[in-house]
This record gives sequence, C-alpha cells and structure tokens, in this order.
Amino acid sequence: MFDVIVVGGGVIGATILRELTKYRLKVAMVEKESDVAMGQSRANSGIVHAGYDAKEGTLKAKFNLLGNLMMPAYTQELGVKYINNGSIVVAYSPDEIDTLYELKSRGEKNGVEGLEVIDTETLRALEPNISPDACGALLAKTGGIVCPYELTIASIGNAMDNGASLYTDYEVCEIVKGVDYFIVKSIDGRELSTKIIINSAGIGSGDISKMAGDDTVHISGRKGEYILLDRESQGYCTHTIFKTPTSKGKGILISPTVDGNILLGPTAQEVDVPDTDTTSTGLDYVKQTADSMCVRVPHYNTITSFAGVRAYSDTHDFVISHSDKVEGLINVAGIESPGLTSAPAIAKYVVEELVSALLPLVENTDFDGRRQSDHYYSKLDNDSKNKIIAQDPRYGKIICRCEQITEGEIVSVIRRNPRATTIDAVKRRLRAGMGRCQGGFCQPQVAQILARELGIPLEEVTKSGKNSRLIVGKTK
Amino acid sequence: MKNYDIIIIGGGPAGLAAAISAYDNGSRDILILEREPVLGGILNQCIHNGFGLTRFKESLTGPEYAYRFVEEVRSRGIEYMCDTTVLEVSTDKQVTAINSTKGVFSLSAKAIILAMGCRERSRGALNIAGARPAGIYSAGTAQKYVNILGQMPGKRVVILGSGDIGLIMARRMTLEGAKVLAVCEIMPHSSGLKRNIVQCLDDYGIPLYLSHTIVKIEGKDRVSGVYIAQVDEKRRPIEGTEKYFECDTVLFSVGLIPENELSKGAGVSLSPATKGPIVYDDRETSVSGIFACGNVLHVHDLVDFVSEEAEIAGVSASNYAMGKGADRRVVSTTCGNNVSYVLPQMLDTNASGMVKLYFRVNKVLPNPTIRLTSNGEDIVVKKKKIAVPGEMESIVLTPAKLQSISGDVVVSVEE
Repeated sequence: MFDVIVVGGGVIGATILRELTKYRLKVAMVEKESDVAMGQSRANSGIVHAGYDAKEGTLKAKFNLLGNLMMPAYTQELGVKYINNGSIVVAYSPDEIDTLYELKSRGEKNGVEGLEVIDTETLRALEPNISPDACGALLAKTGGIVCPYELTIASIGNAMDNGASLYTDYEVCEIVKGVDYFIVKSIDGRELSTKIIINSAGIGSGDISKMAGDDTVHISGRKGEYILLDRESQGYCTHTIFKTPTSKGKGILISPTVDGNILLGPTAQEVDVPDTDTTSTGLDYVKQTADSMCVRVPHYNTITSFAGVRAYSDTHDFVISHSDKVEGLINVAGIESPGLTSAPAIAKYVVEELVSALLPLVENTDFDGRRQSDHYYSKLDNDSKNKIIAQDPRYGKIICRCEQITEGEIVSVIRRNPRATTIDAVKRRLRAGMGRCQGGFCQPQVAQILARELGIPLEEVTKSGKNSRLIVGKTK
Repeated sequence: MKNYDIIIIGGGPAGLAAAISAYDNGSRDILILEREPVLGGILNQCIHNGFGLTRFKESLTGPEYAYRFVEEVRSRGIEYMCDTTVLEVSTDKQVTAINSTKGVFSLSAKAIILAMGCRERSRGALNIAGARPAGIYSAGTAQKYVNILGQMPGKRVVILGSGDIGLIMARRMTLEGAKVLAVCEIMPHSSGLKRNIVQCLDDYGIPLYLSHTIVKIEGKDRVSGVYIAQVDEKRRPIEGTEKYFECDTVLFSVGLIPENELSKGAGVSLSPATKGPIVYDDRETSVSGIFACGNVLHVHDLVDFVSEEAEIAGVSASNYAMGKGADRRVVSTTCGNNVSYVLPQMLDTNASGMVKLYFRVNKVLPNPTIRLTSNGEDIVVKKKKIAVPGEMESIVLTPAKLQSISGDVVVSVEE
C-alpha cells in the first residue's frame, strides 16, 4: 500500500513526486508511456514566465510568480539548465503600446518585479533582428528559459534516488475506491493500492478523475506546433520574444533554448483527439508569423518540427484541489501555460497544503535534493575527463558526433534513475541524436548500446516504447 | 604536444588518397585521424559496385575501392588512429581529439587536411508535416542497418528524394525482400546519376514520381502510411493530386551537406553554394596551411573524383609543410548562367600544371555549350550532349590557358 500515487509523469507530477519524498511517505508514480515527460512536458516552449499574463487573483497568477522566484534555486539543485534571459513583449503597431502598459500594471499587481516599457531604440539594441514594424516593448527582466523535459526527468530521477517508485507503461484503466484507499489498475493487469491519488495526468486528467469517481474535471486539448533551428543560429535572438497578446492568447514566440537552439512557435489549434502530428498549414503559419516579428529568421537552419498538446480546463484556470466528490483524490489538472514555471510552487502547495490535510507529514531527514546533471561530463575540463576515461574508456568513445556525446554517458543514463530504455529517452536526457544530423549517424549505435545494456535483442529496441520498433527483422 | 608535418582529419576515400599523395610527394610525418573503428569511411557500407570505373577502369564495391587505398597507406607505413574523434581544430593548426586510450589530447601540425565528408539532410530540415513515429530513416542510416548490421528497417518502403543513396537503397531493400512502392522527387529531374535510375529503379519496376513530394506521414508508434502529392513550379503541393501509400518505412535521400563544424571552428571561410570551404586550386582554404578535399569541400557524385581531388590537397599540404610556398596570381571563379557552383573558387593563374574546374548546372540542359570567359573573352568553349544537375561537370585549363586569363573568370552553360 502506497501512501500516495501520482498519476502522470509530466513536469507537474514530477515536481510533486519529488516534493513528497521530502517526507516519510511511500510514494509512486504511474506513467502510461515508456518514459516520463512524454506529453506536453516534452513539447512546449520551455519558458519561465515572469508573471504579467495571468489575471490577478487567479491560481495562474499566484503560482506563476512563486514558481518564477523558486526556479533558479530549484534548477540549480537538480543540475538543470536555466537561463534568466528576460522576455520581451513587442508592440507591432502604436495601438498595442497601451496593452503593454496594461500588462505592466497587471504584472505589478501580481507582484512581478523588473517590468519596464522600452522604446524602439532600446528594443533594437537588445534584439537587432526585430522587425522594423516594432514600436516598443515590455521588458520582463525576470523571464527565463528552462528545458521542460530535463526538469521533469531530473525531478523524477531525484525523487527515485530518495525512495520513490516509478511504473512506466502503466496505463490506468480502472480505479477502485475502497473505504480509505484506492486500487489503481493498468491495462496490462497490474494493480497498485494507495491511500491518496494525485491526478496530474495532463490531457488525461479528466478521465483519471472520472475513473476515481469525480466527473467534474473537464479537460480539452490545444495543439501547438513548433519549429526548431540548429544551434548554428545561436545568438539570433537572446530574449524570448512575444507578440502583444490578443484575446486569442499569447501567440507565436521566438526564443533561444537553454541548449542554444532557436525555437519558433507554437500554434494554438483546438483538437478533439490529442495527436501530435504537425501540419503543413501549422508550420507555414509559424514561419510566416516569425517572419512578421523579426527579420532574417534563419529558416534554412531548421532541424526539426514537432507538436505538443496542452491540456486546459473549462474553468480556464489551474484546477488544484481536493476532489469535492472523492476523498483522497487530489486533482492537479488543466495546468496549461504558465504551468512549467508554476510547477515547483504547485508541488510545494499540493504537498504542504493538500496532502498534509489527509496524512501527517513527517520530514524525511535523509532527503538529498541534489542530482548530478546528465550533462555533467561534457562540462568537465580535459584533465577531469581524462581521469574518468582512464577508469572507464567508454567515456572516450564519441557516439553522437553532432552533440559530442560519449558511450559512457549513454550507458550512464540507461542505468541511472529514471532509466532510459528507448532511443528517444536517451535523446531527451543527453541530446544524442538531437543535433543537426538528427540521429542519422548515431541511431544504430545507440540502439546497439541499448540492446546490450538492457539485455534484449536489437529487434526489440524501440524509438519510444510500445510498437515503435526500429527494425522489423534480419536481412536475407 | 606532439607535432606532425601533416594531420589528416578523416580516413575515408579523401583522407586516404590525400595521405598517399602527400607521402609520395616526400612527406613522412603524416597522421590520419578516423572516428570509426576502421579506415574507409562511408565506402564501407556501400557494398554495391560501380566504384572505380573512371580511376581503375573496373567496377569495384565500396569496401574494395577503400581497401586499395588502405593497403597503399599501410604499405607506406603511414600512421593512423581509428576510434578517434576530433573535437576541435584551431586556426594555428592545433588539433584536439578524444579516444578511449589517450582520453582528450592535443596535437599540432604544420599542415592540416580536412577530409570529414558529409552528412545527410534530415527529414526535419524539410518540415514535412505529420507524425514522428519509428520507421523514418535517412537512406544512409537504413544502409548501415542493412549492410553493416544485417537488419531490415522495414518491409514496405516509400523513398523521398532521388539522391544516389536513395536509389541504391531502393534496389538494396528490394533485393532483401522489401517492397519499394515509390521514389518521389520534388524537382522535375532526378538528383542522382542516370545509371542509378536505370539500374536501381527501372530494372526493378520501381516507379519514380518526379515533381512529387511527401505531404504527410501517418503512424502512431510506427509509420503506417504516407500521402504524396504533385508540386507546382514553386514546389508547392497541388491540391487534389494526393496519393496514399500504405507503408511501414519512409527513407529520405534529400541531399548531402558537407560537415564543416570543425572547419568553422578553425576560422575557415565557407561558400554558401557548396557549404564547404572556399579554396584555391591547390585546395588550400582561407586559413593558411589548412587544406580541404572530398565531400567536406563539395559533394561529389563519384568517389573517383574525390580521390583525384584529395591527391591535389595531399601534394599541396606536403609542399606547404616543406616550406614550398606558392607565389600566386589569383583570380576568382564565379557562376554564370545555369551554373550553381564552381570549384575552386580561387584560381592561381601562375599554376604550373593543369587545373581542373568542377561545376554543376542547376537544371537539365540538352546540347549545352559550356563557356569559360574572363573579361568577356572566351578562354574555353566546349559542346556536350547533355548536362544534368546530378552529374558534376569539369573544364581543364592548361598552364597556357591559365596564363591567358586576365581577370576573374565566369563559367556559364547555355542551351
């Protein structure tokens, strides 16, 4: 019997799971995919929002600000890349300037510091590639960027190092409510029992809540398509550049990523079925909008495009509460933007305020919140690298030439928490296959390393779990 | 730090030929650095034949072609280090590399030859819409799975792009029992060699759809099908022309890009047209003492020409290392009508030997006239039966012709 099961291995579930391990609780996470961070936490903008967007008084406004303040220390402890690059909201016509002042005033009411409306000249000095149509901007100095799946993986890995269990490929199909416990069943017949369920199942959180007996959580999906440019474009812009928001939302942004790429997107398309296919109209729209925001957008450096589905609630605010209908069920649903920013603050609130109301919290004095970055090796100086290579020669063998990732690093992420068992899982942890050749050279080698380390035949290695096998059999 | 006369980065066909010619020019202190476990480069996975027809007047497989050069390197006792990846090359010709036995280490050289080859353009670079399931490979990756690992990437295949590797893989997958349903080429002409269209598609009844592209890939875990469509002159899909193919695999053969990350780090100037270094006719780059040859310089259609070019670079690097500097009188070469690039970009009209200019046309030109002019004056004029973008063209300049060049030269091809 677990004290708490967290359903859903996105960034919200991840930060909650880690927060839970700070107390003497028996906790687990169930995730329907073969790896964590497979939903919206793998495909979003990666922005640490300053907090001027959400209306004052909303949960979004509250957790955005708190999360923004927590993020630098939180990421540092977990060895996760975070850059305080600052955000700018650009007015592309004089009548949008008023909106900038409205945003500034709203941000200040929310408690955001460092907001400043800047003129065109200052803007151009900050971002030389801004469109000639730009006529002013709101600069938010506390805006930042983080890698959403790196944060998710690191939080879960650290939670596991502190005693949490992870069940992957665990697609919940039924939840049976006992007197003071639940049985959480998966489609492949596994069963786990728990006193408390935390529902952070993203796009599936409406379904999970319903399975537990609460049909009041209504979640819809909004697809966002992105284009990613090669690191060769690093420096094209340094701030996260937004258009002035309209009633339709924040629109397309242009932003550096923590890894030095440039990200364009997202679109916002309501979808009934949460598929992550890109569309030619969506990608064209991203390109055209980017071209209207900035000049000389280096589209020729495109290395990939992708889509994510953001789950939102019909309340248009975060749903973070005890279920009114089912005791022991905590819903953390509809966590759309600024959900990534808010995650550490939401996690703290959920555990300290909501879980504590159901279970006594006793501090886990063994808790160690530090985690070595999956990227630590590449940051070492040559002498330190050579000491490691002398012990383990695999750290001298480059497998991914574009990102210069060694066999030793790949073996390490296959072995450490949360274990990488697929090509894409290795890629998300190390960037092997994420460079300009997109795995063209290294994929067969990564597949061979996975097969060897997992003790499975090469035919069983998958791209991202389930039936996504790379090869269909031997040659004649 | 150990010092060499010449360090060659890459032990594929370019690096091997460069090493041999540098040795034969009198250099002895040569090192080849190769990232794979064996010498030979990408030729090792090209097990089809057709290599060497120009150079050896016989049809060799890729490994056979490579082996001839590897033997020449071994018989000369030229030093090489495999399983060694170069991390950085600096303008002052220091090379930082990594391997399992030495760790990260640095070397220096009097001359460096860049011979890193090229990589395939990926699906992502084309922004093709749809899902991102398993079963999408570049043709070269599929070639590695089939030819090196003995594994089949799929059973029902659609190929985008008619580059040579794609054509070769259409045949290879067919021979291994897969069904290749279609090869789509967005251009109105193939980008591969004519002989490969005939021997790899026509002979096996594989349809080639010119002016077609893939507009959508479907599939949840694994590819389940693709939609292709005809494109207009601006290469935009024409609505209503979509065709659906049920398949489990999509291969991309949509172009090769010279791999110049190390070159950039060394401060070498690159050409936007070739994506490779800008070079003199002796294959020296914009950085003194750094030379380049093979597919890192421009993408060749035949390995025979790679070897030929690498020999030029090898001799030049050897001369440079021995302190024999060239006293150049330089003009630049530029593209005239219907020409997409000319290499070398800089020509020494004082050169004492023959100089071969390579270039490619940007469309199919029947009965073309090739013209090399300088200051409006014809230097070379020659007729051909046909010129196609998939096949490299060349003009040979004798020392006398070179001397007659009075200024920058223009290469043009007229119908």
